[in-house]
Amino acid sequence: MSERLKDLAWSTSSVILVFAGWEIAVRVFHIPAYLLPSPLAAFASIAEYWPVLAVQGLWTSMAIGAGFVAAALVAIPLAMLIVLSHTLGRLLYPPIVAIQAIPKIALAPLFVVWFGFGSMPKIAVAFLIAFFPIMIDTIVGLRSIDPGMLQLARSMGAPQHRVFLKLRFPNALPMIFSGLKVASTLAVVGALTGEFVGSDKGLGYVLLQASGNLNTALLFAALIILSVLALAFFHLVELCERILIPWHVSQRAH
Amino acid sequence: MTENGAVQLTTATQVGGTGIPFIRLERICKTFPARDGAPTKAVDDVDLHIGASEFVSLLGPSGCGKSTLLSLVAGLTAPTSGVISIGGAAVTRPYTNIGIVFQSDLLLDWRTVLGNVLMQFEMRGQDPRLHETRARAILASVGLQDFMSKYPWELSGGMRQRVSICRALIHDPSLLLMDEPFGALDALTREQLQVDLQRLWQTSGKTIVFVTHSITEAVFLSDRVVVMTPRPGRIRQVLRINLPRPRELDVRDTGIFTINVRHINHLFREMGVVH
Repeated sequence: MSERLKDLAWSTSSVILVFAGWEIAVRVFHIPAYLLPSPLAAFASIAEYWPVLAVQGLWTSMAIGAGFVAAALVAIPLAMLIVLSHTLGRLLYPPIVAIQAIPKIALAPLFVVWFGFGSMPKIAVAFLIAFFPIMIDTIVGLRSIDPGMLQLARSMGAPQHRVFLKLRFPNALPMIFSGLKVASTLAVVGALTGEFVGSDKGLGYVLLQASGNLNTALLFAALIILSVLALAFFHLVELCERILIPWHVSQRAH
Repeated sequence: MTENGAVQLTTATQVGGTGIPFIRLERICKTFPARDGAPTKAVDDVDLHIGASEFVSLLGPSGCGKSTLLSLVAGLTAPTSGVISIGGAAVTRPYTNIGIVFQSDLLLDWRTVLGNVLMQFEMRGQDPRLHETRARAILASVGLQDFMSKYPWELSGGMRQRVSICRALIHDPSLLLMDEPFGALDALTREQLQVDLQRLWQTSGKTIVFVTHSITEAVFLSDRVVVMTPRPGRIRQVLRINLPRPRELDVRDTGIFTINVRHINHLFREMGVVH
């Protein structure tokens, strides 16, 4: 626990140091506020626009969360099907990889045409961009089981479904989580892209508005809220990981 | 009969142990298709009978097909030609009245020591709780009573392999197959486990087929040592090791032991395995 506290102290002081350096630089070099506001001005802006930022932040969080959860719910079962059935794997894998080659962000305008200006296009972009790392990592995880382990299971007369539940799936969990962690940060990018392209809600919309009005302090305020949001989201996934796979090398006490 | 008759050769098909051939391998060949070029012949024309409760070692250089032979006996691989039977029934699919130990302990990182042993029952669709007492007893018998709720990564290599052996024995199979089980352990741990294995074998009356490339290990443990040729694996000679049981580690200083080891060394030199 004291190690954890020490870690926390280090990261807190490094953040404070960055903000202090930023504040000093703005004052010493007389950087105009419309280019780079001081962190104090940015925080003042957070205080000033707090109700707007909170509501819009909530909209963005919902898009991130919905896109991410939907991606996990589709990608993991699909990966299982691909690994379990040779036929389905051969059928599904090539088109999925082909879609992966499309830059997902480029699809955002299309989604606006399809789904309008509501939450759907944002969720769709977040979903699509979070989907692939989860699916690919789940496939790799499910496939990377020691062949000796499978032989052992056969000598125990275990049917396929039991081998999957008791061996393959738990064995794949560390890889699945590594995919989920990558996806959790990508989902933020996806949701924001959706908001940039066509939306009247969310922090992406706030960013565009602030940029249009040259309200750089608000722009930075939204950026700070976004970073905190992304960080919190990542750590939420990591917390689930620590609870679900305490046995994995990456989770063991140092 | 060479070297003062201390080395006893047996014919390959000679029945061992209690006299009833428990495992029969008849004219076994196994060829693996190659991705490019000629297919590989791993096992060639192997005839071998193994008696119930017998301890037989398959000894040979790396890649001589001894592991393949083991997986053929287990029914995990089908022979290209020939017939394998266990207890009178032909082996055509994975034989399940069996315990297998590999060189890698293959323990599950997400299960405790006890959970790893009980996995044997779970994979067979039985309620593991019914066997917990037995699992605790068998783990205690190999000195792991204080490690039941530890995870594999908290254990030393020797302890992990003990757990793996317990997992292979917990369901009381009649046959135990071991594929270089002590190959990854340090010399001292290895000796200790050899002694422990001999004790487990003597008290349980199981048939053990043991694959190794250590001559001393084979001679120390076995009733009979099957010396194999380099690829393709054929039986070069079968030796009966007439050392009384239980064998202590210092049996390795006796004349019979050293003569057998020297004889096998000689065979390997003859086959060009050792120069």
